[in-house]
Amino acid sequence: MTDFSKGAGSQPMVKAEGVHKSFGLAHILKGIDLEVAPREVFCLIGPSGSGKSTFLRCINHLEKINSGRLSVDGELVGYRQKGDKLYELKDREVAAKRRDIGMVFQRFNLFPHMTALENVMEAPVMVKRESKAVARERAQRLLDRVGLADKAQNYPSQLSGGQQQRVAIARALAMEPKLMLFDEPTSALDPELVGDVLDVMRGLAEDGMTMVVVTHEMGFAREVGDALVFMDDGVVVEAGNPRDVLTNPQHDRTRSFLSKVL
Amino acid sequence: MTDKIDKAPGPAAAQTPYEDIRAIPVRRYGRWVSGVVVVVLLGWLVYAFSQGNVMWGTVGDKLFDSSVLTGLWHTVLISVTAMLLGLVLGVLFAVMRLSKNPVTGAVAWLYIWFFRGTPVYVQLLMWFNLALIFQYLNLGPIYKNEMVDVMTPFVVALLGLGLNEGAYMAEIVRAGIQSVDEGQTEASHALGMTAGQTMRRVVLPQAMRVIIPPTGNEFINMLKTSSLVSVVQYVDLLRATSNIGANSGAVMEMLFVASAWYLILTSIFSVGQYYLERRFARGSLRSLPPTPWQRIKANLGTLRRPEVAR
Repeated sequence: MTDFSKGAGSQPMVKAEGVHKSFGLAHILKGIDLEVAPREVFCLIGPSGSGKSTFLRCINHLEKINSGRLSVDGELVGYRQKGDKLYELKDREVAAKRRDIGMVFQRFNLFPHMTALENVMEAPVMVKRESKAVARERAQRLLDRVGLADKAQNYPSQLSGGQQQRVAIARALAMEPKLMLFDEPTSALDPELVGDVLDVMRGLAEDGMTMVVVTHEMGFAREVGDALVFMDDGVVVEAGNPRDVLTNPQHDRTRSFLSKVL
Repeated sequence: MTDKIDKAPGPAAAQTPYEDIRAIPVRRYGRWVSGVVVVVLLGWLVYAFSQGNVMWGTVGDKLFDSSVLTGLWHTVLISVTAMLLGLVLGVLFAVMRLSKNPVTGAVAWLYIWFFRGTPVYVQLLMWFNLALIFQYLNLGPIYKNEMVDVMTPFVVALLGLGLNEGAYMAEIVRAGIQSVDEGQTEASHALGMTAGQTMRRVVLPQAMRVIIPPTGNEFINMLKTSSLVSVVQYVDLLRATSNIGANSGAVMEMLFVASAWYLILTSIFSVGQYYLERRFARGSLRSLPPTPWQRIKANLGTLRRPEVAR
C-alpha cells in the first residue's frame, strides 16, 4: 500500500525536552522528556488526568507549552528560533505546520454538515487548494482503505461510532501527514466496534506511518507498539519496549496501574 | 464491515397472525362540549362581521389598487434590505463580541446595548431628524452633501430598521456560534485550516441551524415593524392604504386590505423558512422530514394502495 515513511531522516520525529504545561494553577505536565523516532508507533498510557492527552495536543500546538522545548521533525512547535531569541509563529504559520500532522480525536469530531466524502475532501481543497477532482479521487481511495467506500455519501449521524472514527482517520490521512496523533481513538466506541478501528491503525503502522497513540488498548500497544511510555501525574514514570513494560514493569506505580487495566 | 445486519423482517415476523382487540372506546364528552362551544363563538363572530357596516366590495376592489401594490413593494423592499443590513451587522458584531480583542468586544457590546435598549420608533425619529444637529454629511475628500438630501425616507427607514435589527441579529448569531461544539474548531485547526476558514466552512454552517429559526421570527417581525416607517414619510403598505382610507372614508376597509397583504407576505415567508431550515438540517437528522408536498404524495399513495389482508 502507500508508503508513509516520507521525511524520515535520522532525527526524531517528535522531541520533547523538559516540557511543562499549566492551566492556570493546575500543573499538568511537569517536565516531559521523550523522543519519537520516524516510522515508530509510540504509545502513551496512564490514568486519566495524567497529562497524556494534553501532551498529545501540545505536539500540534492545540495547547501552548509553558516551558521546555518541543519539536516535530527538527522544527520547534509554535516558535521560530533566530539566534538565541524565540519568535512566536503567526496563526497562519501554525496552521501551515499542522498540515503535516494528522490528528484523530476521542470524540471523532467529524463535520456533521458534510458527508463522509466531503469530510475527507475538505482540508485538501481548502488548505492545499487542491482541485476537487483530485481530492475526491484520493478521498474515495482513503475511504476504501478504511473499509467505508460504500458510505461515502452518508452523513456522520448515519454512521456508527466505529465508522465515524475510520472516516476521521481517512480525513487526517487526506493531508498526507508525516505524523499521526491518536487521542484515545477507541475510548468512545462500543467494544465490538473497536476492532475495525484498530485494524486500520495496524495497517497504517505496517505502512510505516509515524504514530503517537494515547490509548487504553494494551493489546494494541503490545502487538503494534514500538515504544511505550507510562505517564502519571504529569511525569514519565516508565518508558521502554511495550512488551517489556507491560509484562515486567519496573515501578510500583506502573504495576498497580497495569494490574487494574489488564 | 460489521454492519451486515439484515434489516428486513424475518419470515417468521411477517407471518405471525394476530387478532385486533375489539373494545368499546371511551366516550369523551368534554371534547364534544368544547367543540360545540367554540363553533358557536366562531359563528357569532362571523355573524357580527356580516352585520357590521363593512364595504366588502371596496376591500376586493382596492386589494390590487396600483398605489396599494406600490406600497406593498416598498414594504417588501424595506423589509428585505433592512433585514440584509441587520444580518451583515449581526454577523459582524457577533464576531466582534466573541473576538479576543477587548476593544472590538466592548464596541460590539455598546452597539447592542444602545440599539436593543431604545425603541425602534425613537431610533427612526432620530435618523429622520438627524439634519437638525448635523447639517452636512462630510466624509472628508470622499463625499460631502447636505444631510437632508442624504436622508431620504428610504435611507432613514433602512438605517432605522437595519441598525436596530443588527443588534438583535448579533445576539442570535453569537448564540449560534457558541452552540457549535469546540471539538469542531479543534478538528478544523488540526487539519491546518485557518481561523477564517474554520469560521466560514465549519462553524457558521453548523451555527445556521440554530440561527435560522429565530431569524425567521425576526424577519416576520420586520415585515410588520416596517409599518412604523410611515412616520418618516416612507410610503409603505400601511401608508399607501391609509392614504386611500383617509380620502375615501373606507378606513377599516383599507386596514383590512393592509392586513390581508401582511398575512400573505408572512405566510409566503413561513413556507420559505420551512425549506431553508430543512436545507440546513442536513447531517443533523438521520433522515430529513418529508416536505408537505412529499407528505401529500405519500398519503395519496397509501389511499390508492389496495387493502392488505388484515
